[in-house]
Amino acid sequence: MWKFIVRRLLITFPQIVLLSILIFLMAQSMPGDALTGLLDPNIDQSTIQEQRERMGLNDPWHIKYADWVGGLVQGDLGQSFRFKMDVSELISQRMENTILLSIVTLIFTYLMAIPLGITSGRYNDTLLDQAITGYTYVGFATPLFIFGLIMLFIFGYQLGWFPTSGSVAPGMVPGTLDYWISKLKHVMLPALSMALIQTVSTVQYLRSEIVDTKQKDFIITARAKGASESRVYNRHIFRNSLLPIAAFFGWEITTLISGTVFIEQIFGYPGMGLLFLESINMRDYSVVTALVLLFGIAQILGALLSDIILSLVDPRIRIK
Amino acid sequence: MEIKNVQMEATKAENPTVIRILWREIFKDKLALISLIFLVLVTTLVYGISFVLDQSEIVKVDLFAIHEAPGEEFILGTDYGGRDVFGQLIIGTRNSLTIGFLVTLMSGIIGIVFGLVAGYFGGHVDNVMMRILDFFNVLPFLMIVIVFVSLVPKYNTITFSLIMTVFLWMGIARLIRSKALQEKELDYVQASRTLGSSHFKIIFKEVMPNITSLIVVTMTLNLAANIGIESGLSFLGFGFPESTPSLGTLLSYATNPQTLESRWWVWVPAAVLILLLMLAVRNVGEALRRAADARQRRG
Repeated sequence: MWKFIVRRLLITFPQIVLLSILIFLMAQSMPGDALTGLLDPNIDQSTIQEQRERMGLNDPWHIKYADWVGGLVQGDLGQSFRFKMDVSELISQRMENTILLSIVTLIFTYLMAIPLGITSGRYNDTLLDQAITGYTYVGFATPLFIFGLIMLFIFGYQLGWFPTSGSVAPGMVPGTLDYWISKLKHVMLPALSMALIQTVSTVQYLRSEIVDTKQKDFIITARAKGASESRVYNRHIFRNSLLPIAAFFGWEITTLISGTVFIEQIFGYPGMGLLFLESINMRDYSVVTALVLLFGIAQILGALLSDIILSLVDPRIRIK
Repeated sequence: MEIKNVQMEATKAENPTVIRILWREIFKDKLALISLIFLVLVTTLVYGISFVLDQSEIVKVDLFAIHEAPGEEFILGTDYGGRDVFGQLIIGTRNSLTIGFLVTLMSGIIGIVFGLVAGYFGGHVDNVMMRILDFFNVLPFLMIVIVFVSLVPKYNTITFSLIMTVFLWMGIARLIRSKALQEKELDYVQASRTLGSSHFKIIFKEVMPNITSLIVVTMTLNLAANIGIESGLSFLGFGFPESTPSLGTLLSYATNPQTLESRWWVWVPAAVLILLLMLAVRNVGEALRRAADARQRRG
């Protein structure tokens, strides 16, 4: 068990280092550096050169890389060219929104996936199952951004049930109850749109797990012992099928990350995804670099989490 | 009697080729057949019409025809630049399909070679190659592609599809590798090796033909995914530039609330078309998938 986790961690560190090198090289090829926009263009060239030398902007790349990583470890993500503020501060303002969106999405995803998957697996090949399978089939083929637009069009504009942009109504005082209610109202539609698409793969997986488990010997044994049908499903089958779903949790992070970029753009929801798009359009590359790095690390840790859960659940993986 | 008949039929029918089996399954599945006809029709129409249409004419801004509703002059109205939506739809579909095909083909080739080599040799080679694959797999795909797209100086169809390819070959590689791992244990590989065939010959002339069906199925399903990814990137503004419309470009106009709310003709046709295309490709892909697995075949 521990051997597996240690070995898995040993893969994770090189991954993070490689990711940081890749992003560093990307950052190097982006136009502009720490001095961009800070200098008066009338300043003498030699003064600029002197300043560049002092800031280490003329160093060879490996020294620059070491400096950059040193800064990162201390939480220094650099300065935003556009806002002239620390990138870490800028991101933390947006991070709260994205985390809220992600959590609400995950709650919706599982709230839908578990009952739908169980129904579909338990009553497989009935009309109900066909309806659910049809939904997952179409949902699988629907790109998230089209679905988001349609949801916004119907529930935001035509029916007017939800606000159409922003993360909170203007003029709310942070911390009050009204503020949080307004926040929830704003997050509801984007999260629901994302969850309705994201839940599809989990429903499909849960269904096929249950259909598989149904025919296993231990289920026949349970029935033979006289366990009631609901007991067979709720205790024996569900518990066995739920574990692999838990293992997918880490991978959901990957889907969430690309999902938030689209959803935040469509719903004008000020989170990290929207910040990323704004920054890249404004050529604010220090923010872009920091965001790609953060999302990349989140994704690596998500994969790590999934593998560890999977090894807990499935002993075959540990032994191999 | 019955058994005898079956046996006779079995000897009479030659071993059907992979392509034959795939065709038969599609013809059995009405939905897949309709989807295939739809796809062929759309593809020929789109490539055919765009021969006649002049792309630069269509993307030319006409300030006297901004946001015109569908009517006699413009079948599907015009967008915010007074450009004909119908023309953009045709050219957009063509561009989206072209990118979809290109990326599927290129990522397919890389993935197949990578997967075959890793799976066939196994051991340390496999181990190292899979770690490389794992690394690509944990990259935040969407963001890295967007950054690359905005950094590349000479940006066009080829570079765009190359960027997408670099980050999209892992899925198929993983599949092919696991299949190749099973395949290399089979006797025919050992036999061929004993006869002195080179690794190259075994991999590409003996193992690869045996997994054709898997390759065809995966590439078909990938095509649907890649069309989706391309239109998604264009929607965000990091796919084709506006002068080369894609289906995603038309949808990106819907980020303007007024267009979304009251000018349906700009974005609804493109949305419907993407959905239909993706569903159709998937239907065909699913039929092929069943065909590849003898237990699930209907035909």
